[in-house]
Amino acid sequence: MNFKTTLLATAMALTCAVAQAVTLRVANAGDVQSMDPHSLNETLQLSFTASVYEALVGRGKDMALKPLLATKWSQTSPTVWRFELRKGVKFHDGTPFDADDVVFSFKRAAGDGSDMKGVTAPIKAVRKVDASTVEIETGAPFPILPDTLTTLAIMSHKWCEENKAEKPVDRRKGVENTASFKANGTGPYRLKERQPSTRTVLVRNFNYWDKVEGNVDEVVFTPIGNDATRVAALLSGEIDVMEPVPLQDVERVKSSGNLTVLQGAELRTIFLGMDQKRDELLFSNVKGKNPFKDKRVRQAFYQAIDIEAIKSRVMRNASTPTAEMVGPGVRGFQPDMNKRLPYDVEAAKKLLAEAGYPSGFEVAMNCPNDRYVNDAAICQAVAANLARIGVKINLQTETKNTYFPKILRRDTSFYLLGWVPATVDSHDAMYSLIASPTDKGQGQFNLGAYSNPKFDELTAKVQSEIDDKKRNELIREAFKVHQDDIGHIPLHQQSLAWGLNKKVSLVQLPDNRMFFKWITVNSK
Amino acid sequence: MTPVQESTAAPLVTAAATVLPAPGAWARFFDGDLWYSFRTSPVAVGATLVAFVCVFCALFAEVVAPHNPFDLATLELTDARLPPAWEAEGSRKYLLGTDDQGRDILSALMYGARLSLLVGLASVLMSVILGVALGLLAGFVGGRTDAFIMRVCDTMLAFPAILVALLINGVGHAVFPQAHGWLAFAVLVLAISLTGWVQYARTVRGSTLVERNKEYVQAARVIGVAPLRIMRRHVLPNVLGPVLILATIQVPAAIILEATLSYLGVGVPPTSPSLGTLIRVGQDFLFSGEWWITIFPGLMLVMIALSVNLLGDWLRDALNPRLR
Repeated sequence: MNFKTTLLATAMALTCAVAQAVTLRVANAGDVQSMDPHSLNETLQLSFTASVYEALVGRGKDMALKPLLATKWSQTSPTVWRFELRKGVKFHDGTPFDADDVVFSFKRAAGDGSDMKGVTAPIKAVRKVDASTVEIETGAPFPILPDTLTTLAIMSHKWCEENKAEKPVDRRKGVENTASFKANGTGPYRLKERQPSTRTVLVRNFNYWDKVEGNVDEVVFTPIGNDATRVAALLSGEIDVMEPVPLQDVERVKSSGNLTVLQGAELRTIFLGMDQKRDELLFSNVKGKNPFKDKRVRQAFYQAIDIEAIKSRVMRNASTPTAEMVGPGVRGFQPDMNKRLPYDVEAAKKLLAEAGYPSGFEVAMNCPNDRYVNDAAICQAVAANLARIGVKINLQTETKNTYFPKILRRDTSFYLLGWVPATVDSHDAMYSLIASPTDKGQGQFNLGAYSNPKFDELTAKVQSEIDDKKRNELIREAFKVHQDDIGHIPLHQQSLAWGLNKKVSLVQLPDNRMFFKWITVNSK
Repeated sequence: MTPVQESTAAPLVTAAATVLPAPGAWARFFDGDLWYSFRTSPVAVGATLVAFVCVFCALFAEVVAPHNPFDLATLELTDARLPPAWEAEGSRKYLLGTDDQGRDILSALMYGARLSLLVGLASVLMSVILGVALGLLAGFVGGRTDAFIMRVCDTMLAFPAILVALLINGVGHAVFPQAHGWLAFAVLVLAISLTGWVQYARTVRGSTLVERNKEYVQAARVIGVAPLRIMRRHVLPNVLGPVLILATIQVPAAIILEATLSYLGVGVPPTSPSLGTLIRVGQDFLFSGEWWITIFPGLMLVMIALSVNLLGDWLRDALNPRLR
């Protein structure tokens, strides 16, 4: 081989290397449940589909609101908002985006099977003004409307009709449609391959309307349920980014030369909920009455839980015990009210005896084992705590694929759930988690159906209050009502832990969302 | 040892002359080839000892174990993840350390072994009953019945055991949505036994086909013994040998299948862990250096499986006339 050909070969090899697509391999403990962005109001689901489907309004790296499909918005009256839509945006299949798609998407998200009703509930009507302007009217003044719209993805009207996906995938009833496996959004990435529970591949949308900061051309997402396997995959370089890093392995990952762990406080609050609606619990040995209707029983459960031991042993100190349903950083969090009832086994026993269960009772508890940090271990610790006051917990831990449909159908008596207010505002938690369930979307995640009319009234007032100070007072009053009732048992805020290869630079948001458009993979 | 001496002390010649009483069942056993073969096989003796210790600990866990790991009220979460006693931070209270919920590993081993053994034995018993009955029927009746049963067997064999077990377990949990306690246990045993019966059915059918045409069966037929009685009294005892051997090999297989199911999170509830559950939970802590949570249950499982397997191997060799 002479010098010239060698040079040529080297040059060609170099060009190839430059042209090679940058692939980001991401792993999570669980899978994205569906490609339908309206099917489940869950962080991983919304975070992943947000790279494919966009909302009218988005958030920047500082969590501040940023225009996405809407370029600007303003209020024309206390209840009417006008959104100017971005022009020249095209869906992945080439169809131009316009006001009809917005009207359609809001209708879809408010319809049967949707899990986003909590977002659409305050909205009375969405009207097309012209091709690039829509008006949204709320039932009552709703100052934080743009904040709530960040999770509501816009889908193509034409595509949904052609693919018979006009109605959302219904996780509760197990109804699937094309939108579960295919996608057509306006986002920076398009869906290339979808194999549920195995592998989902996104590729860069080169017709994206905006400049993409990162350099990732292809995202390969793999769910790896087993903690040790996921860590091993990261250590061996099989994946570039993974979430969450099991707490016991944080040190191990950090000590490996080319890896790092990004840790931060998460806005998510982990709590326990109890069925307070049915006259007899579905899964208990108490017949003819519902023990959870008695506040003393709920308080006994609360005080029997040794949250500090859970923090130190189960969470390896990577949690902040809390007495509130929202964490610090969420608007409306009340620092002075963040005092838990004391851990007191004797007091709990006494309360239980007063309520008429001196020797306790038996109840089933539902718990995911691949959703939150150490979720199954927390539930086991709670079961052990409750055993000390004579309550026998029949613990059922399962993967979120079966867990979420079950508890969303309210087939549960006692469950564990975590929540991040998508709006970074207390109203979201109040409205979705605590307020009495209605068929309009209020209380959609209040799975034990805790209900206090006073709280509902305050929630409605918070929704339309414009003055920040007054609003905070209302939130404070509402949380006080809920705390006094012990409507739920808040446990803690967990910490985020993302494990990544040092060649990857990314942005970690406190709501635990990962945006692929901000990720850069540096070649070594 | 007296019976052995007694019978060895009676040479054949004098036996014929003085007419000793016929030796009892035990005497015949200790004088037989089987006992001799056992006595002279160190592997068999060793395996029996190990199996005996495991079974003893499992059976008398309440008495032997220092703690009751299934009693949630006694768990100390603050004692979670303590290393074994001989390590620097270990405590004498927990000889082999504790798991992530503060369970004493040593006690959890014994209680877990009981669960695993119970599942193993119960499911093998069920598959033996099912497999032998169907195999006997197929072999003896023949014709369409035989063809039908054997095609079902073939179909079952086409699927991996773990898949069938998962399927049955899934259906079981769908029928009893909040199954716990004995119900969950029953579903688990059913799932495992329904995957294991095929081997017995095939073995028994083969032997039955051979026995069916032997003179003693034909004689029984000629004098008008009912077919069911022939199957039960005459054919069954003659085909049971291979089944017993197969069963000893299947017990560890069933235990491992249970461990796999529990490992996949569909077995016994997490609050009363079997060996499989303990290993699964412990595996998450391997990278962080808390090795004792998974290693000890793993060793226990290996010990049980290996000893029962070796015993089965020995029994196969000892009972097989062609290998002698």
